[in-house]
Formats: sequence, C-alpha cells, structure tokens
Amino acid sequence: MIGTSTLYTLAGILLFGMGLYALIAYPHLLRKILALNVMGVGIFMVLISIAYQGPTQRADPVPHALVITGIVVAVCATGLALTLATRIQALTGSARLETDEEA
Amino acid sequence: MQTSDIDRALQTDDTRLTRPRLFVLALTTALIAALATAALTFPDNVGRLAPLALDSLPRSGVLNPVTAVLLNYRGYDTLLEVAVLLLAIVGVWAIAPTARVWFKTPDTPVLATFVRLLLPLMIVVAGYMLWLGADEPGGAFQGGAVLGGVGVLWVAAAVWLPRRGHPFWLRLLLGAGVAAFVIAAVGLLFLTGGLLQYPPEQAKTVILVIEGAAMFSIGATLAVLFIGGYPRREEEK
Amino acid sequence: MMIVEWFDATLVIILLACAWLALTTPNLLRAVMLFIAFGLLVALAWVRLQAPDVALAEAAVGSGLTGALLLSTLSAMQRAAQKRRAQGEAAPKSTKEESDAN
Repeated sequence: MIGTSTLYTLAGILLFGMGLYALIAYPHLLRKILALNVMGVGIFMVLISIAYQGPTQRADPVPHALVITGIVVAVCATGLALTLATRIQALTGSARLETDEEA
Repeated sequence: MQTSDIDRALQTDDTRLTRPRLFVLALTTALIAALATAALTFPDNVGRLAPLALDSLPRSGVLNPVTAVLLNYRGYDTLLEVAVLLLAIVGVWAIAPTARVWFKTPDTPVLATFVRLLLPLMIVVAGYMLWLGADEPGGAFQGGAVLGGVGVLWVAAAVWLPRRGHPFWLRLLLGAGVAAFVIAAVGLLFLTGGLLQYPPEQAKTVILVIEGAAMFSIGATLAVLFIGGYPRREEEK
Repeated sequence: MMIVEWFDATLVIILLACAWLALTTPNLLRAVMLFIAFGLLVALAWVRLQAPDVALAEAAVGSGLTGALLLSTLSAMQRAAQKRRAQGEAAPKSTKEESDAN
C-alpha cells in the first residue's frame, strides 16, 4: 500500500530518470531540450508531492512557491537553449550533436 | 511529394535502441532504483515550514500562502528570479542576430482582428488574476503568463513583429519588474531597516505594486523570448 | 496510510506514458505535441496534489508557452535546413562561403 504522495514522488523520480536517459542518448538538440524539461517536471513533482499532506490538511506553501519560480525560470532557460540550438544549427549545419563514430 | 519527404527527414530523430543507449538506459534505471529506495525511506516527521508560513499569514498582508512566500517571506528569491528573466533576454539578444519567428501575414484579416481584440480583454484577465492572487490561487506569474500568451499570439499572427531592434517602451517593460523590486528593497531598507521587510499595514499595497510591475515584465519577457533573437537587419521576405 | 485512488493511478500511468513517448518517438513534431499534452496532464496532477497556483502556472507557462517556443524553433530549424539543402544543390561548395558569412 502506497499513499498518494509516495505515488507522485515515485512518478517524479521516473520522469527525472527518463529525461536523463533521453538527454544522454539522443543526439538531436531539440530532443535534449525536451528531455531537460521533463527532468525539471520530475523534480517539481517530487517537491510538490512532498508538500502534499493529505486531502484534509493544507499543503505546504513553501515548495509550491519554489516550483512556481522554477517553472518560470525553466521556460526562460528553454528559450535561451532553443536560441543556442538554432545558432548551432546555423553555424554547423546540423541540429544534432553527433558522436565521433557517426561524424 | 519530394518536399514532404524532406520535411519528414528533417523532423525525425533516430531513436533506435543501440548498444550504447542500452548501457545508458541500464545506468539511468539503476539511478531511478536508488532514488526510489531513498524516497521510500523518507523520514515521516520532518521539520516543516508550513506551520510557520501559515501562522505568519496575518502579518504578510495577503491571504494566499503561496503569494506570501513568493513576495513576502522569500521576496529576495523572487527578486533574483525576475533578474534571471532579464538575463535570459540579454543572453538571447546576444546570441541570435535575427528573429527566429518568421511568419507571413495571414491570408484573412479574421485572425489578426481577433488577436487585436484579445489584448485588452487579456490585460483585464491578467489584472484580475493579479488582484485575486492576494487571497486565492493566482498572482503575478500566472497573470504574466496570460500576458505572455497574448504577446505570442500577436507575434504569431504577425500583428506585431519588430523589424529592427526593439522599441524603448518594450525595454522599459522588460526592466520594470527588477526596477520596482530594487526600488522597493532599497526604500524599505531605509524605512524598516530590513531588505524587503514590509511594514504589516502597507504590506498588501507594496506586494501588489511589485507584483504589477513584475507581471508586465514577465509577460513582455515571455513574448520577447518567443521572437527569439535581436532583429538587427530587415527580415528577408 | 491510505490507498491510492484510481484517478491518481490512471493519471500517473498516462503521464509517464506520454513523457516516454515524447522522449522516444522518432518524429520531433509528434514529440513536441506529446510534450504539450504531457504538460497539461502535469497541471492536472498539481491540482490533485492541492497546488492550484502551480497548476495555473504550469498550464500557461510550462505547457502553452514552452510548446509555442518549441514549435517555432522546430519550424525555424526546418526552414534553415531546407534553405541549406537548396543552396547545397545549387552550389556544392557553399559551406565555406556560409562559414565566412557567419
């Protein structure tokens, strides 16, 4: 028997791991940025699930505030990363980070 | 036919499970297992900040605990965050020489007219969210997101696209959040002796003024991020 | 300790499936679409975890604006690649000129 909070904590950890895998494994820059965002959501989910104290009690507002800050910073980092990716493509002609054997 | 083939090739990424990828997958699975074990053995009775945050609410000037944390208890944090948004814009402008978006004016005027009409309505919605944020879910970030959404629509429908540089009012809007925050911080330093330490009676006013400036900054930042890049030369047609 | 409600269990499964598909599907446009759907489902999860403030921010920023950014970048990348391809067909030695121009 696991509680709602634990369920979402585990889901957040899984999201983080999945994002980390995709970040390392796939060469396309857009995919890497997508993976970073999924990792971020995983971390947010762990924080929010820790703040959850059952349906009757009020949730802890401190992690909520941290996550709202995090979401807005994440979208700005994404915007910056996407601009970098476009630049990399303009300069090298490819939007992929190729490994040595493929190049 | 040929173009669609190219299109498909351009937007595909090879995701086959090769041997190195299998190795990475195994490693991340191990990491997930380790983290899950740690999560399942979390201590139950950890010290929480929730009682402290909720008990201090009457002195914070607002009733929404999240807004109280963001703008009052941890206002310093939010000040730095708004500064980070500004830095992201500076970074994007420094990196990219042209705007990323390149949209043709739509064939019918319906979209553009609709988007134009949406702006005043959404400013009202954002303002309502900001006002509501003091006591109910909502606040500067959510209102700013609504404004940013309208900005994105304006750019996407080619109602407004900066051709060369950004106008002065937009720069003013981008800096307003940080400026209001810093002015409030320095002013309160002299008045109350603490950085961003609000006097309880005026707390709500101060919070709403800072939030209002931050909301417009966040909205402008998100829209400018969507333009992506500093348009230095005329876009090619 | 209470038992997990079926709603939460279903939501988590769909959410994880969406994320996995978004990360592994070969088509990048489909990946971005799945990511937007994933963001909205996450917003639903925040509501379930009694975080309506976070849900509002996530639905608007995390899903909507990030999705718009990703889509515009994807189309910009395709435009650049197509242009490069067209130039490469016209003049095979254009790589040097382009790097000089940049």
